[in-house]
Amino acid sequence: MSATTGSVTPEVGIPPGTGTTAAISLVGVAKEYTSRRGDSVRAVDGIDLTIGQGEFFSMLGPSGCGKTTTLRMIGGFEEATEGHVLLYGEDVTNTPPNRRDVNMVFQSYALFPHMDVFANVAFGLRRAKVSKHEITDRVKESLALVELSGMDKRKPSQLSGGQQQRVALARALVNRPRALLLDEPLGALDLKLRQTMQIELKRIQREVGITFVYVTHDQGEALTMSDRVAVMNGGRIEQLGTPKAIYERPATRFTAGFIGTSNIIEGTVERMDGNLAVLSVPGEGRAMVPIEAPHNGHIELTVRPEKISLCAEPPADGCALPGTVTEVVYLGTSTNYTVTTADGTEMVAFVQNDASARVDLDRGDRTWLCWRPEHGYALGGSGQVGSEGAS
Amino acid sequence: MRRRFAAALTPYALIFPGGLWIAIFFVVPIVAMLSLSTMSGNLLTGFQQTFTFSNYADVLSLYHEQFIRSIIYGVIATVAVIAISYPMAYWISLYGGARKPTYLFLLLLPFFVTFVLRTLSWQFLLSDQGLLLGPLHNAGIVPSSFHILATSFAVISGLVYYSVPFMVLPIYVALERINREVLEAASDLYANKVQTFLKVVLPLSLPGVFAGVLLTFVPVTSDYISAQILGGTGQVMIGNVIETLYIQNSDYPQAAALSFVLMFALLLGIFAYARALGTEDVLEVSAA
Amino acid sequence: MTTLAPTLESMPSPTSQPVRRRKPRRKGKTLHVYTWLILLWMFLPIAVMAAFGFNDTHSRYNFTWQGFTLRWWQNLFAIPNLTGSLVNSFTIAIIVTLFAVILGTPMGIALGRYRFRGHGMTDLVLFANIAAPEIGLGAALLSLYISMGLPRGYWTIVIAHIMFTIPFVAITVRARMSGFDISLEEAARDLGAGPLTTFRLVTLPMIIPGVIAGALLSFALSIDDFIITEFTAGQTLTFPLWIWGASRLGVPPQADVMGTIIFLVGALLALVSGFLLRHRD
Repeated sequence: MSATTGSVTPEVGIPPGTGTTAAISLVGVAKEYTSRRGDSVRAVDGIDLTIGQGEFFSMLGPSGCGKTTTLRMIGGFEEATEGHVLLYGEDVTNTPPNRRDVNMVFQSYALFPHMDVFANVAFGLRRAKVSKHEITDRVKESLALVELSGMDKRKPSQLSGGQQQRVALARALVNRPRALLLDEPLGALDLKLRQTMQIELKRIQREVGITFVYVTHDQGEALTMSDRVAVMNGGRIEQLGTPKAIYERPATRFTAGFIGTSNIIEGTVERMDGNLAVLSVPGEGRAMVPIEAPHNGHIELTVRPEKISLCAEPPADGCALPGTVTEVVYLGTSTNYTVTTADGTEMVAFVQNDASARVDLDRGDRTWLCWRPEHGYALGGSGQVGSEGAS
Repeated sequence: MRRRFAAALTPYALIFPGGLWIAIFFVVPIVAMLSLSTMSGNLLTGFQQTFTFSNYADVLSLYHEQFIRSIIYGVIATVAVIAISYPMAYWISLYGGARKPTYLFLLLLPFFVTFVLRTLSWQFLLSDQGLLLGPLHNAGIVPSSFHILATSFAVISGLVYYSVPFMVLPIYVALERINREVLEAASDLYANKVQTFLKVVLPLSLPGVFAGVLLTFVPVTSDYISAQILGGTGQVMIGNVIETLYIQNSDYPQAAALSFVLMFALLLGIFAYARALGTEDVLEVSAA
Repeated sequence: MTTLAPTLESMPSPTSQPVRRRKPRRKGKTLHVYTWLILLWMFLPIAVMAAFGFNDTHSRYNFTWQGFTLRWWQNLFAIPNLTGSLVNSFTIAIIVTLFAVILGTPMGIALGRYRFRGHGMTDLVLFANIAAPEIGLGAALLSLYISMGLPRGYWTIVIAHIMFTIPFVAITVRARMSGFDISLEEAARDLGAGPLTTFRLVTLPMIIPGVIAGALLSFALSIDDFIITEFTAGQTLTFPLWIWGASRLGVPPQADVMGTIIFLVGALLALVSGFLLRHRD
């Protein structure tokens, strides 16, 4: 997690290591619903996106951000009102789901309750008129992949949530689709199981090498598994990039707030010091942030809580803001301090309780928030103050 | 100790008043009917308990034709009701959208007119000079010897007319219970519309059909209103026989024997049917 | 993005053309028409009934259209027996509904709320009562009345109707009860409410929709019932019984008018109660 330069350009290209062929492309895709009162709502508001072959791609955002609708348009369950959906270069915008070479893992798993596991997994192969012998082989192989061998005579109601999830996965993968769509597949599982399944999903994806398009509102899930993440908000893509890029260099206030916890300091550029913009901050503190081009307007500086340390005295160089401790939450391996600065801004610092831990503060104590300038970054555009509601 | 005892008695205290009523006026009468059915005598001489089973032998030999006819009518009407109701329930559930409650409301509205009155109206519609046949007769399209009334068709049409809402509702409820993602999963797994229907929708909605049969078959088989108003001498059903024996002829022992046979046969059939299909599922849907 | 260039170029550029709206496909049109045809069939006899309440007929047979008149609406109560039977129908339905709710509601609560010995047996009896052919219920009750030498009339009808409506109330209340979260009652007890206060303030409001549904069902079943009523009525007439008797000689237009009025009032009541129930939850 080394510090990077203050680049605000998100990575949009297909990352190296994954295939270079475009598996799925969305061109200006929008979905508009008309409500009963007659006014229209744009659930998806013009999305351009290219997903590479073999990529694990996540769409991340709060509920109602359009991520599921986008996924459903790729699957063919919703028709785009504008734009085009391409699958390996072929326009499938109006192709019904049963004639699309992608398969879906549904949020509720959507297992056929009247069929046993075998019949569920074999459903797609039977529709595709695969020979009986091959069906048996492929279903077995697919159930082995999700570690459910020998469960083929069970009914869905006799399976646990995690097992149902695996059947849903096997049922989709057995068809060897060109892409697998997953709609919050782990949402109904408990935390422990969810974490196991995350690793499992990643392993399966590596084994089969199929493009995964994964929809979730859980940032941890998206960051853990994905090659690339699209952060969505209000029917648009807010930021697109690798998990690391998204976490370390959020382009907007929304992304900064949605992914992890962020401290945001607003200020005006006082002067430039090399590539560092020095901000005017109230009190005796100092704050600077690397920016690409000289700038002399309003800036939003963001710094992650784990990059901040609490010091008794301001260090000789680097950023430092004085404040008062207003909340202390002990979490075992770390302690979260909330510190309120002179102008009333609440800042959060995560302090590790490791062998070298020296900080032990109580509510009401005065302290200094300290961080290296390169650990902060200016939010993309730097001018768009408050254009997005932080989460 | 006393509190726990009182708590254990609570459900019985709640059941008791209603249960007593049902015991006295549902269970005891069946015993009374059974007892009446083994009596002999007539209205003038009075009836004596002789524990004879000759009434059973008599009614079965006298009225087996009407009995068999009732079952045949019942089966035909039930099958017809399923065929007519299923598409309607299917459409309301899958395409009804925000207007679903309106369609269900409209479906139940006819019940506010008593069945006797509606059947009389239906009789008028089917009559030789009615809305249906009148114009056809006058225009000479069908011969004047062609009638609908006093045919099996007329009687069964009356039974079907009465039963359609009782079939649409449970099928609708069963269809509503199908997770819509399951239908999408079928189409995701390359099933076209027909395959999705046959492999997924139909099997999952069968409990609704079974519940509908439960609600339809018994009333239809034991009905006598439709046969009385729409039928002729060739369409007499077992219900008509029982009604005549009890109310017109006051031949109580025979009437009781015949009712007992009918009730026993239908209840036995229903319980066997419910047991075979899994009572839980069927009852759940029919209660909803 | 470069790898996508060939495919993107072969596509109509989305930015160079005006926004194209795709209309959603209309689905299920045939069945839509079919549904309405069946509904039309359901209402056709009712429409005919309503129309013949306005028929200017002079014979006893109200079968051919003779012209429009409001005569029958004005002389609605000209046939004393018909009026009397209608009054009977209504008063019986009201008494029956009251008793069915009082007796059926506790049964529904017990079945939905408690596990006890005899639960299955109670279920079975209620199910048998609902599943049994009406003619069987009527015949059995008549057998009892005959054996006891009880004269048949108004109150024997009431007894019969209460008997066959109790299970319907019990089942609707039970359905409501089974969705009831017991911890709500525990919360009320925890907050200091006694058993009766808990029932009045927490349990009852929760099951009220089930009770109302059961009451409406009882009223509708009672007022519409013909078969059980015929077996238990003796010389007393209810509205369906009067029509049944009159149908052999020709039903007077007043009966059509009354049918129409009951239909309209019933529809209105159902509409209002549906509206109220929907806005409660």
